[in-house]
Amino acid sequence: MNAGIPLSYFLILAAVMFFTGIYGFLTRRNLITILMSVELILNSVNINFLALNRYLFPHKLEGFFFSLFIITVAAAEAAVAIALIINIYRRFTTINVEDVNIMKY
Amino acid sequence: MNILSLFVLIPLLTIAGIVMVKDIRHVKVVSGIGTGIQLIMSAILTFLYIQARQSGDTSEMLFVKDLVWFRSLNIHFAVGVDGVSVAMIALTSIVVFSGVFASWEMDYLTREFFISLILLATGVFGFFISLDLFTMFLFYELAVIPMYLLIGIWGSGPKEYSAMKLTLMLMGASALLLVGILGIYFNSAPEGGNLSFNIIEISRTTIPMKAQYIFFPLTFIGFGVLGALFPFHTWSPDGHSSAPTAVSMLHAGVLMKLGGYGAFRVAIFLMPEAARELSWIFIILTTISVVYGAFGAIVQKDLKYINAYSSVSHCGLVLFAILMMNHTAMNGAVIQMISHGLMTALFFALIGMIYGRTHTRMINEMGGLMKVIPFLSVCYVIAGLASLGLPGLSGFVAEMTIFVGAFQHPDTFQRVATIIAVSSIVITAVYILRVIAILLLGPSEKNSYELFSDARWYERLSTVTLIVFIAFIGLLPFLLTSMTGASLQPFMNKILGMNIF
Amino acid sequence: MTDFNYTLWIFLIPFLVFILLGLAGHRLKARISGLLGTAALGVVTVLSYITAYFYYFRTAGINDVFRKITVFDSTWLHFTDTLEIKMGILLDPISVMMLIVISTVSLMVHIYSLGYMKGEKGFERYYSFLSLFAFSMMGLVVATNIFQMYIFWELVGISSYLLIGFYYQKPEAVRASKKAFIVTRFADLGFLIGILLLSFNTRTFDFSVLTDPQGTAIAHSSGISFLGLSVTTWSMILVYLGGVGKSAMFPFHIWLPDAMEGPTPVSALIHAATMVVAGVYLVARMFPVYFFAAPAALEIVAWIGAFSSLFAAIIACTQTDIKRVLAYSTISQIGYMMLALGVSGYGGHDGLGFMASMFHLFTHAMFKALLFLCAGAIIHAVHSNFMIDMGGLRKYLPLTHLTFLIACLAISGIPPFSGFFSKDEILAAAFHHNKVLFFIEYAVAGITAFYMFRLYFTVFRGEDRHYHTVPHEAPPTMTIPLIILATAAAFSGFIPFSKLVTSDGKAFQTHIEWGIAIPSVLIATTGIGTAYVMYVRNPSLPGRIISIFKHSYKLALNKFYIDEMYLFITKKIIFRYISEPVAWFDRHIVDGTMNALAIVTQVVSFRIREFQSGQLQKYAFFFISGTILLALTLIYLLH
Repeated sequence: MNAGIPLSYFLILAAVMFFTGIYGFLTRRNLITILMSVELILNSVNINFLALNRYLFPHKLEGFFFSLFIITVAAAEAAVAIALIINIYRRFTTINVEDVNIMKY
Repeated sequence: MNILSLFVLIPLLTIAGIVMVKDIRHVKVVSGIGTGIQLIMSAILTFLYIQARQSGDTSEMLFVKDLVWFRSLNIHFAVGVDGVSVAMIALTSIVVFSGVFASWEMDYLTREFFISLILLATGVFGFFISLDLFTMFLFYELAVIPMYLLIGIWGSGPKEYSAMKLTLMLMGASALLLVGILGIYFNSAPEGGNLSFNIIEISRTTIPMKAQYIFFPLTFIGFGVLGALFPFHTWSPDGHSSAPTAVSMLHAGVLMKLGGYGAFRVAIFLMPEAARELSWIFIILTTISVVYGAFGAIVQKDLKYINAYSSVSHCGLVLFAILMMNHTAMNGAVIQMISHGLMTALFFALIGMIYGRTHTRMINEMGGLMKVIPFLSVCYVIAGLASLGLPGLSGFVAEMTIFVGAFQHPDTFQRVATIIAVSSIVITAVYILRVIAILLLGPSEKNSYELFSDARWYERLSTVTLIVFIAFIGLLPFLLTSMTGASLQPFMNKILGMNIF
Repeated sequence: MTDFNYTLWIFLIPFLVFILLGLAGHRLKARISGLLGTAALGVVTVLSYITAYFYYFRTAGINDVFRKITVFDSTWLHFTDTLEIKMGILLDPISVMMLIVISTVSLMVHIYSLGYMKGEKGFERYYSFLSLFAFSMMGLVVATNIFQMYIFWELVGISSYLLIGFYYQKPEAVRASKKAFIVTRFADLGFLIGILLLSFNTRTFDFSVLTDPQGTAIAHSSGISFLGLSVTTWSMILVYLGGVGKSAMFPFHIWLPDAMEGPTPVSALIHAATMVVAGVYLVARMFPVYFFAAPAALEIVAWIGAFSSLFAAIIACTQTDIKRVLAYSTISQIGYMMLALGVSGYGGHDGLGFMASMFHLFTHAMFKALLFLCAGAIIHAVHSNFMIDMGGLRKYLPLTHLTFLIACLAISGIPPFSGFFSKDEILAAAFHHNKVLFFIEYAVAGITAFYMFRLYFTVFRGEDRHYHTVPHEAPPTMTIPLIILATAAAFSGFIPFSKLVTSDGKAFQTHIEWGIAIPSVLIATTGIGTAYVMYVRNPSLPGRIISIFKHSYKLALNKFYIDEMYLFITKKIIFRYISEPVAWFDRHIVDGTMNALAIVTQVVSFRIREFQSGQLQKYAFFFISGTILLALTLIYLLH
């Protein structure tokens, strides 16, 4: 099975996803998009965990567990974040981060 | 109970009284009584002090009390007085007493005003009785902080700006001071042994020369800022002009004296060797202060600015005399501090009272006040004459002692500086008489002046108290100089006894 | 009565009256406060005469030398072990003579003012200031040390200030009082520095040490020198500067004519008879120091005196305000006294100049006070200061006319009036010292006679002017002092001054030097004659002369533009080029630096604050770029 896809493919995919996420996180002003970018980052990390676990330490399971853990946390985080976003929308009728600045200074 | 501790305690009790009083109108009465008690206390203290001295008590400080406060750093609450501090305490209580009556018409946040005012006085009293550098510093800060509130809240004109400027400059000064004090502390036992904050203990040792070179300028400038040392004096005109009457009185009358007193008690007394070596720099600066302040005052139009610049000139003379480091000049410095304190307090009180009537402080908008408010005008003339050094009033005694003392200095440089400083008496006469001529004399300007009432009882009380002491020092100076002069002996012993390298 | 303890009251009484009238005067009736002041001064005068009698005629001392008696001397302010200000009373021939002068003139002025100032607002204030003046002047002359003298010197200055500015609602009076104080204050600066220098050198303030010819002070005086003159000479020149200011000598004379804005009796007392001669008194007091230790300074005294007397006499010829003529005449006469001191020697007949100076001081006080009081009576009658409003007053004011004439004859030096004797001694002293000085003074004697009689003729002779009310003689409170002073002015020349007041206390013989006296009388009569021709015989003559000497007349009329020069220096240079730049510098440079510090702090903090935008994405951007940078660095370093 090792003859299938080389490890570097996984890593490249993860890196591309990670930086796409970073780019989205830094440039987007829409909270939903930002949340989506964060999810992308998290998932790229998951891919890294899984791939490295599988290819480097095939007899151990820490990587799998870790990615499961991240998925759980990400789900909870998404729920909280969306709840916040909805509340922000209700209050300011916008989800643009630059408009939500009454706590600034 | 140590009598000196009462000087901190009574103001605190007065503050408690002010807080507890129900009726806002009684606040003034409580403050008046509190400061009155203090005035009596300082009279008693003076009396006890003279009695103790006459009965042959020759210890350096009297009424000493020492409580350990923070053992690991050897911080004490140490109090004690000599003739100089007794005189300064008396000055403070006179000015505070008079200040309370000068602000009798204060009706905005009265309670808070008097609390801050008396808190300020507490700090000043504490400063003068302290023998421990740390406690001294603490009380110094205690005096500076209420000043910010007093100017910022009850002031006039650009009050926030002035309050901020004043406080920041004084805070900057206290930063230097703190470094200086800590420097003294860490060098207070050059041969090993316990480090100490106690002035008397430190004065028995010699701080190493290297340390003195660093810490003398720091402490001297630190105190010098408060004593309006050129070029760190600019808080004074703005601060004074924005401050309410009583605060100007207290500030110019007493708080600026903390600078002179501190420079003398801490900077020179503890580090005389560096003082001698570096004094030339500061003599140049203070000579500039003296002449420059006087010239600056000539063209001002705001009464308070005139007095602020005049204070720069007169307080410059205090520091100038201290730097001469001989008995007569230092004695002169002490008298000048007291004399200027009384005189300038009188000035500011009168300016406040005149402002209360005319609602302007610009001299060219007023004129001929002598005819409408003769009592206040005569008081103003007396204050002016004291300021220009008329014999029979306190200013003359102080200035002449300084000039004669400074001129006894063996070095030509100091004597030339003295001659330059002496010339300020003419410039002083110019600006004082100019103000008197424009403000008080001449035909009375406006019809609305006819409605003015002359001084009320509390205004009379306030001004007469100050004038009595000004005349007292002016007519019988030997009473004061004998008290302060003897106390300068330890200083002289230390200065004369220092090893010349 | 020879212990002189009662002399203490001579200056305590006026002080107490000053305090009393100053504090409670407005509660008293004006009349009562005036009478109180006058009565107190009467007591002082009696005490002064008793002192003089006992001093001159009962305690002549050993070998007919007048001793210096220190009645008491107590420490007032202690400076160092050797330097301290004492307050005391020193009686010696000159101080006792001054007591007589001050108390006499003062009493006359007090009585005169009862009439002259009647109904003025602030009557009690006037009398309290007069008492203050009497107190300070008495304190000045009996001073035992130079610092006590300086103290009272300042006090007479302030009394003069207060009295010149008595009509404080009149802008000219206010300006004049300010000017008088500041000009003399400037001169006093010299005095003070002189005292400091002198005391540094001699380690004493005490006159008894300083002026002792064999004393240590004079012996130690030579030594260190500065610019070719010894330090003592410099200090004496500086001390003399104080005298120049107070005595209104050139170039500090400018305050005196303006001081005429004060009430006329004040001018008589302070600005003619007593305070302005304080400078002469100062030099006389310090005379041994000048003579033995600072002869160069003494030479300066003589030349300044001579120059001032000539200069002021010329200006006096052109002035039109009666009081200003008298003021310039005062300057001129004080110049005589200064000159006499400057040419004097020490001891015996050498001290002729010293004696003559004191003699002239005495006679001048009498006739000049009289002239001023007469001028007061004239002003009282015609309500104007200007000569143009006066004329033909002889028939309206016969008594004033007579006394004025006596005073004019006295000042012109016509025998047997007092001025003749004293002026003759001065001219004799000058003649033996320096011929140039003598001829200057000789010319001034002629000019003096001319301008005094110019005044006399225009005021009392000539045609009547248009008077609103018919001028009438003043009340007796004013005329009695005139009569008393006229008697003194007429006869005080016969006082044997050389027996009483001499430089070393020893009496010597004088006689009138006819070789000098006759020409001086001749030139005086020439002056009078010229005035007669110009102002009585041929009234159009002055106008023609003026048109010939147009420029020099204008120069003299405008007092040689000295006032303008001073104004230029003070207004233009000190105000515009020193004070205003200083104030500007303070506000903009010194304070500007402080503000700049604050502004820089503020700007920087605003800049820093922008990083803390609150935007998570920015933070994340910095964080991530930082991480990447760090990672790259690490990678780079590890390879």
